[in-house]
Amino acid sequence: MSRRPQTPFRSLLLVLLAACGCDSANKTGGPSPAAQTESQKPLEVELLNVSYDPTRELWRDINQRFQEEYAAQEQTNVTVKQSHGGSGSQARAVIDGLEADVVTLALYTDTDAIRKAGLIEEGWQNRLPFNSLPYFSTIVFVVRKGNPKGIKDWPDLVREGIEIVTPSPKTSGNGKLSFLAAWGSVVSRGGSPDDALEFVKQLYRHTPVLDSAARGATTTFAQKGIGDVHLTWENESRLEVEEAKGELEVVYPPVSIRAEPYVAVVDANAKRKGVEKVAEDYLRFVYTPVAQEIIARHGYRPINDTIRRGHEEEFPEIELFSVNDVAEGSWDGAYEKFFAAGAVFDQIYQPTGE
Amino acid sequence: MTTIARRALPGFRLGLGYTLIWVGLLVVVPLIGCLLKASSLSFDDFLKAAWNARARAAYGFTFGSSLAAAAVNVVIGLLVAWVLVRYEFPGKRLVDSLVDLPFALPTAVAGLVYSQLYVANGWLGQFLVPLGIKAAYSRLAVVLVLVFVGFPFVVRTLQPVLESFDAETEDAAALLGASRGQTFRRVIMPGLLPALITGFALSFARAIGEYGSVVFVSGNMPFRTEIAPVLIVARLEEFAYKEATAIATVLLAMSLSMLVVVNFLEHWSKRHDG
Repeated sequence: MSRRPQTPFRSLLLVLLAACGCDSANKTGGPSPAAQTESQKPLEVELLNVSYDPTRELWRDINQRFQEEYAAQEQTNVTVKQSHGGSGSQARAVIDGLEADVVTLALYTDTDAIRKAGLIEEGWQNRLPFNSLPYFSTIVFVVRKGNPKGIKDWPDLVREGIEIVTPSPKTSGNGKLSFLAAWGSVVSRGGSPDDALEFVKQLYRHTPVLDSAARGATTTFAQKGIGDVHLTWENESRLEVEEAKGELEVVYPPVSIRAEPYVAVVDANAKRKGVEKVAEDYLRFVYTPVAQEIIARHGYRPINDTIRRGHEEEFPEIELFSVNDVAEGSWDGAYEKFFAAGAVFDQIYQPTGE
Repeated sequence: MTTIARRALPGFRLGLGYTLIWVGLLVVVPLIGCLLKASSLSFDDFLKAAWNARARAAYGFTFGSSLAAAAVNVVIGLLVAWVLVRYEFPGKRLVDSLVDLPFALPTAVAGLVYSQLYVANGWLGQFLVPLGIKAAYSRLAVVLVLVFVGFPFVVRTLQPVLESFDAETEDAAALLGASRGQTFRRVIMPGLLPALITGFALSFARAIGEYGSVVFVSGNMPFRTEIAPVLIVARLEEFAYKEATAIATVLLAMSLSMLVVVNFLEHWSKRHDG
């Protein structure tokens, strides 16, 4: 029950113990008697995982599994604490001093903002398998029962009389992805940037409400009955449809965006607390078949091909383009071009003549 | 020197010291921080961030809806305070404590509930929307929730003042031949005016800073129903701290000057009292 804040010395000792702890199981000679008596008692380590909103249950399940396996293999009891909120505000909280050991945020830019603040080391994407991307997702359509307006593909969204619900790209990660998905749906099929601009202009003209966050948009669509189609993450669409008890259904457009929630160790914090190794082991665990199964069960597409194919029915193959394919080659470019002040999204709402 | 009365609390210096420290820590330091952050922008960048067409539209809407809500609150609040002070009726205690509810309720809850009530398929919306009254995702919706969050400020400021009024004074006015209207205007109103202005100011100030409930009912459409705090959040979302504080600074300056004007009015009305 080491709830007290750990002194630097104590945490240093913990790292040393953790480091030899895994070896001492094999070695017979091994560490000093003092360390040995310590190492018979399981070590207590605490990690803080700062994540975005809908992943609460996903991480709860992964954490539980990790805890069990790590206790058995490494004689270390890891308590993983979770923090959830809007992806952008979570990133800001970490930059402003929330002591996250790992971050598992929704958008590349949010993780990279923490690197820019100097808390994550350069090249973080290359330190974990698959570019630090243990799972991915996409943006799909949720429509009313029986799809009365016959919405099947992106161009259908801007037909006469269709109302769309999607949160504001300015304040919501979900909103940004939906915007980029709409843009990419034009560009990836050979449309010009001008065509894409025209399409997103139309799209937001069909959007009567711009909620500030994803959950608000879900309530607007599912409970208040506003709009004909809701653009949302695949995993969230499942929950939404489940809760609506037959009143809603999911439609997969033929193409959509590849949503990429990266994971990273927050080096500065993990180092200070002396939990770098555990933090990295934790994130590597997310790639194991056990964790990948949990990921699939929660409606996210696991990066492990074999496991994803095992859930073929839940994850229909649709053509996914990445942000880099459709938007200026990078997230930074996409930000600059679409979401910065006065950029494309703001221009959509600029009253004519200004 | 010996004429100084003994006070219940320890000396002036200690008292003032504490007051200054707390006001400093809680109010002045954060405000200075905000100003410093914003002042690290060049003047042109400041204008670009905080005084573009969209921001101006947001300020206009924020202040307009806050003023409207405060005005409505003064009328309704006076009525409610009057009823609660002057009349006895069953359930009065309950109604009295219900007035405080907006203080305690997370405003996001209020926003969610209001918008669900007034959308086309909501309890009230199903009757109102066919009549052309759109009280969800409209400017009206924003005023409505701002009335909700500001309402107790007016009631709670007026109540003690009304209680201190002597019903006999009104009887005297009536006996001297004053009509009801005259009694209200000439006898009750002058004493009440300072409190009314305070209530108005509190409700107004509360409304300007309100975020949680408004984002759920406004629809956040740029140039129409977007409030200034939403713009601040949007800029933070881009990690543009300086630009966000620039908008905050403008909002702050406007609120402050409004409050100064209101304080002046209050002072003036006290001096011209009876």
